[in-house]
Amino acid sequence: MGLKGKIGIALGAVVIAVAAAVGYMMFVMAPPSDLDLARSKKTAKGLYAVEIAPENPAFERNMLHGWIATVKTADGVAVEDAQITVDGGMPQHGHGLPTAPQVTAALGDGRYRIEGVRFNMSGWWEFKLHVSAAAGEDDVTFNLSL
Amino acid sequence: MSRSTSASSMVRRALSGVVFAALLVLAGCSGDEFTDAERATIASLSLDQLPPLPADPSNRVADDRLAAAFGATLFFEPRLSGHGDVSCSTCHQIDRQFQDDRPLGRGVGLTDRRTMPLAGVAWSPWQFWDGRKDSLWAQALGPLEDAREHGGNRTAYAHFITTSLKDRYERIFGPLPDLSGIPQNAGPLGNAEERAVWESISEAKRAEIDTVFANIGKSIAAFERSIRHEETRFDRFAKAIAAGETPQGDAALDESERLGLRLFIGRANCVTCHAGPRFSDEHFHNTGVPQPPELPEDSGRAAGIPKALADPFNCLSRHSDAKPEQCGELRFVAKDDHAMLRAFKTPSLRGAVSRPPYMHSGQIATIEDVIDHYAAAPRPPKGESELKPLTLSEPEKQALVAFLKMLDPRTSPVN
Repeated sequence: MGLKGKIGIALGAVVIAVAAAVGYMMFVMAPPSDLDLARSKKTAKGLYAVEIAPENPAFERNMLHGWIATVKTADGVAVEDAQITVDGGMPQHGHGLPTAPQVTAALGDGRYRIEGVRFNMSGWWEFKLHVSAAAGEDDVTFNLSL
Repeated sequence: MSRSTSASSMVRRALSGVVFAALLVLAGCSGDEFTDAERATIASLSLDQLPPLPADPSNRVADDRLAAAFGATLFFEPRLSGHGDVSCSTCHQIDRQFQDDRPLGRGVGLTDRRTMPLAGVAWSPWQFWDGRKDSLWAQALGPLEDAREHGGNRTAYAHFITTSLKDRYERIFGPLPDLSGIPQNAGPLGNAEERAVWESISEAKRAEIDTVFANIGKSIAAFERSIRHEETRFDRFAKAIAAGETPQGDAALDESERLGLRLFIGRANCVTCHAGPRFSDEHFHNTGVPQPPELPEDSGRAAGIPKALADPFNCLSRHSDAKPEQCGELRFVAKDDHAMLRAFKTPSLRGAVSRPPYMHSGQIATIEDVIDHYAAAPRPPKGESELKPLTLSEPEKQALVAFLKMLDPRTSPVN
């Protein structure tokens, strides 16, 4: 192989290394591009169908705000007696929610008000609900991209 | 030209081309244009994106002009101290961004913490480096009774208002209590004698004195709500970017400022916490800042949360004007978050370059040293640091400083 060929391989290696580094950093920084952002999901074991919606659709980053979770059984019947706990955080930063949101009211028709939510950073947040009702205990994780 | 010379010069040329291209890619973009995501982030940092001043339902005079004027008087009043020589403005100096340029605040004595600047503090739900107060008015009461700050006591303050500022107080808050026969110096946080005297005062009278004390705080808070951030060069730049225009005049960035901005919102991850128009997420983070050996061990927010919950002047207290359901910050505080050990409040970066030293106890002397700290990501004295090591070249470090200078009103004259 001539000198030019060796130089070409060396330069190619540098370019690949740089591209890999940049790609890695972008992977670390940005939410995964295939993140499931659905706000209506089945729980992990399939016991419930849960839908979440912010009380004010125009909620802003860093403002304390509320969400409504609507819980139905797998066959679509509103669940009125659910105990729901809230957890979550930023998987890419290794920390949880900055507040401790709680269900403060059962509004009927399987709807529950969750108060005390705040997202203090932009990026990928997980919003996890643990649902306990007559059908059993189950979990669901929603992804939010802010 | 010999073959080897020509080959080596070709290698040099080719390598410098690759390095240049790599630098451009690493800077996040291959030209002067910002991506849509970068534009959105830049726009989100602009001062004109600051939401309206949040209401403080716990303070019914928060937006009362008379109370704000009264609060301004109190803020600069040295008689609100044990020896008549310390006011809020002793540490929060009006011509120095309402801070004092010292590593540790100094009132009657030396404190353990750096004095915080006051611009925009009313947008922050938690006060102090450890968030141990949940409102500006509750915050203002802390230093008044701290032996190292104002070094005064509760009854002395109520007596001072009664003798010197009675009319102005009563125009806002109604009649002062009758303090005849009440000892001059007493309070629940004073020295042993003052505490004993305080206990000897009837509970009803103590409650009346507490109300006067709380109203001092509410007035000072009303004044502090008027202390705002000023527009900077960065804001003029960001406004143009948000409007899809080319920044003109002093709003245009030079090469170093542009690189600094790209790092700030990109690879250096500064904007993760220094977010929004205040360049703060108003939250608390452990960033591995050292514990000064001469100071008591500082747990930061982990110690601040129980203090805020137990504060007799918090949003849920009887001195608060809020309904309990309006005290969301207290009701939904995460009580046992392990990440709060040695977590301290994210300070706003507006004006930060011209107010060294840095960190909660002034541990880091210069802005360059701060950038080195964040790049090095040292192990924290306790808890877990959120920092990840970062490789920055000298020009990149200088670029971050150049960008931060754009956030300083003093270096941002309006043309």
